[in-house]
Amino acid sequence: MSDKKYAVEINDLAVEFRTDDGIVKALNGLDLKIEEGKTLGLVGETGAGKTTTGLAILRLVPSPPGVIVGGSIKLNGEDIFSKTEHEMQALRGKAVSMIFQDPMTSLNPVMTVEEQIAEVIELHEDVNHKGAIEKAKEMLEMVGIPGERGTEYPHQFSGGMKQRVVIAIALACSPSLLIADEPTTALDVTIQAQVLEMMKELKVKYNTSMLMITHDLGIVAEICDTVSVIYGGRVVEHGSLDDVFNNTRHPYTEGLFRSLPNLDNRSEKLKPIKGLMPDPTNLPEGCTFYPRCDYAMEICKTVKPKKVYRNDEHYVECHLYDENNVKVGGLIGK
Amino acid sequence: MWKFIAKRLVSMIPVLLGVTLIIYLIMSMAPGDPAKVILGEQATPEQIAELREEMGLNDPVLVQYGRYISGLVRGDMGESYNSGLPCQVEIFARFPNTLRLATVAVTISVILALPLGVLAAVKQNTLFDGISMVIALIGISMPVFWLGLLLILAFSLNLGWFPSSGSEGLRSMVLPAITLGFNHMASIARITRSSMLEVIRQDYIRTARAKGVSEKNVITKHALKNALIPTITVVGLQIGAMLGGSVMTESVFAWPGIGRLMVQSINKRDIPMVLGCVIMFSVSFSIINLIVDILYGFVDPRIKSQYK
Amino acid sequence: MSENTKNVNAAEIAAKYKKKSQTADIFRRLAKNKTAMIGLIVVILLLILALSADLLFDFEIDITKQNISDRLQAPSSDHIFGTDEMGRDIFKRVCYGAKYSLLISFVAATISLAIGLVFGAIAGYYGGWADMIIMRFMDVLLAIPGTLLAIAIVASLGTSIPNLIIALSVSGIPGFSRIVRSSVLTVRDAEYIEAAKAIGANDRIIIFGHVLPNGMAPLIVQSTLRIASVILTTAGLSFLGLGVPAPHPEWGAMLSNARSYIRDYSYMALFPGLAIMTTILCLNLLGDGLRDALDPRLK
Repeated sequence: MSDKKYAVEINDLAVEFRTDDGIVKALNGLDLKIEEGKTLGLVGETGAGKTTTGLAILRLVPSPPGVIVGGSIKLNGEDIFSKTEHEMQALRGKAVSMIFQDPMTSLNPVMTVEEQIAEVIELHEDVNHKGAIEKAKEMLEMVGIPGERGTEYPHQFSGGMKQRVVIAIALACSPSLLIADEPTTALDVTIQAQVLEMMKELKVKYNTSMLMITHDLGIVAEICDTVSVIYGGRVVEHGSLDDVFNNTRHPYTEGLFRSLPNLDNRSEKLKPIKGLMPDPTNLPEGCTFYPRCDYAMEICKTVKPKKVYRNDEHYVECHLYDENNVKVGGLIGK
Repeated sequence: MWKFIAKRLVSMIPVLLGVTLIIYLIMSMAPGDPAKVILGEQATPEQIAELREEMGLNDPVLVQYGRYISGLVRGDMGESYNSGLPCQVEIFARFPNTLRLATVAVTISVILALPLGVLAAVKQNTLFDGISMVIALIGISMPVFWLGLLLILAFSLNLGWFPSSGSEGLRSMVLPAITLGFNHMASIARITRSSMLEVIRQDYIRTARAKGVSEKNVITKHALKNALIPTITVVGLQIGAMLGGSVMTESVFAWPGIGRLMVQSINKRDIPMVLGCVIMFSVSFSIINLIVDILYGFVDPRIKSQYK
Repeated sequence: MSENTKNVNAAEIAAKYKKKSQTADIFRRLAKNKTAMIGLIVVILLLILALSADLLFDFEIDITKQNISDRLQAPSSDHIFGTDEMGRDIFKRVCYGAKYSLLISFVAATISLAIGLVFGAIAGYYGGWADMIIMRFMDVLLAIPGTLLAIAIVASLGTSIPNLIIALSVSGIPGFSRIVRSSVLTVRDAEYIEAAKAIGANDRIIIFGHVLPNGMAPLIVQSTLRIASVILTTAGLSFLGLGVPAPHPEWGAMLSNARSYIRDYSYMALFPGLAIMTTILCLNLLGDGLRDALDPRLK
């Protein structure tokens, strides 16, 4: 385990949003690791803290109201919380890039597309403006947009093309880590497939590690090596794609799969997870999932569950399991 | 771009016709017989009837308007009831003074307001933000003429630094320009701040930060140009209010512009002169709006491409 | 998770956290804004003062009667704002002056709003030629700076309070029409309007029952700002001698009068100006607060 190199390691990260209406605990001791060259899928409902995790790695959690209250983030082995703002600027766009959810609003409407790509190149690479524009056009070609369209403005592009531009910006300086925050949610289904396919190819080409933030388990199955399931600002289950998909342990992960339609057995009824995400200003004392959990026990109300490992990688945070029964096959052991 | 400008120019013509028509109709509602005003009390009814015929006052009002407009395009604004001289002589003599005062006031207020608004937004909720916004709030709440009176009291009567009236030299321009510009500066600073705050929250600002752009460049390169779009609109609209304000300012400081000329002419019931002044103001306003629209096209590529 | 369940979730969450109605929510946000509440309270006090001015003061005795022995007295315990060149108490005149500023502005703004509502609703709802003609006319009105339009109307019709109200109302119409039109346009094609049509609602019911209530927010803000701007214009016209005629103690007219005495009796120019500024300031605070309360995004 120790000889593995990680593109990013997050330990016990806690982030709060302090608003007029109370303190929102967005992340509560989140752990996350991505091995170099690998892709991790961060899966969870809207509001679970997925985007906050991505922004925290860039140290761009909006402040105020966001405050990082604890934990550490290491990027390529270096602690980013001890860096100055200036050092962070040198990392953003170079060591780590982020693709945002909504391509319609992610591009500056009054700058030409090539200027926006060239900007990141000029900031991080030793080229003049002309060279940067040149490379920006190459990047455009690479994401499948004719280079001469670079002088156009974002409003002249379709949604799918805008997302390609956003991806070109993110990949322009070959970052070692790419954070993709639901990169296809805002796109049409056919465009989604194209964009995903392109990201897969580019990832291999540049040997980029990737954090794929999504609520779409289909995307995870297609593109990810490992999966972290996030609920109430904590990773409740983590493992390889095979571990999490085929040896599901956490009741929440199970609930996510059950709310998907099954193509093989279409008469089966969907079972959505009952209830709602807990109020983030007032999280339950014990396991954050217990109010919605079909297997909730008395202990779940008051005691936070600890990690239980099934193998080196796969762990679950749930009172249903201990070291012994977690390795036993089958679904929930009850 | 040229097509855009040409299109805007053409669309100005009906507006100007409408503006002059409305003002002409309003002014023609004035009670009293112009012929009587010109000839004085002793005139006989025959003389009055003769002059009415000569002036075309018996024609329908639209015919009179047509005659006025055809004169106007040739630079003829009719004869002043008061002096008997063509109105345009006096109006064109005074207009440069109004223009000079307004230009100085607009320029200074924009130069001060933009950085003030941007800084207040960047330093939101700090002491700097608080103080500048209180000043701006006072600025938009203060009647122009009262500010003028207070400035005269403080800097002219008490301290004797600047003259309280006249238009000779730069020193005489200081107080009128502050009076006219303060309100303008305050509203531009307020709109700049609020549109900056709006822009800073946008996703593309986050994208810029994620690229590693420094905070200074995020503000100057990415946010400012976007925030300028609503600001420019307000500057344009504000100039209309400013032209109204220049009537007050010129009256307070006895500044020899067309605002003061208009008030003097109203008191003398010199209708053609008043008409000429209001039309002069409105035409200037339309031209300013045209310039603002063109500027808008330069800043916002979404507008420009509509006209490509 | 499918789009559908997401929407259901969002709706449920909204229902859970926002049990109060939208209006109650707006008031709650407004009440939390201290400066806006100060503005609201002062505006209400000024309105009460304006409405009760004739009960508190006798126009003949307190406001216009000359009292030569008391003329040009600096502020003192007898006359806290001092007296003017005819010995009239400036404090009483400033208080009485609230009547002109507030009543004229409320009446003028209401007339502008009413006419603007009709024009804007017709233009927005029916579109086509009606829209074309109305909005071109409004463009033309907007192309004449408001104060100048008012000056032109008063200059032509003559100086009197009714003429002043006409002048101030006309210049406010385009602003309201535009706002009404654009809010009508945004809701006109909304699905709930189609639903209303489907169950047989006529145009009148749709416009007044559905379209307008949804466009209230910007109208309320515009009304506040319009009242402030009318008060300023009224004072300005009176200052030029084109507004409320003497001996009525309108604030702008008082300032105009004070000009001749500013060198030696500057207090005369102080208090009416302060009255105008306070009124406008409070209206602006209220307007800002309303805008923030109606658009919580901008916090």
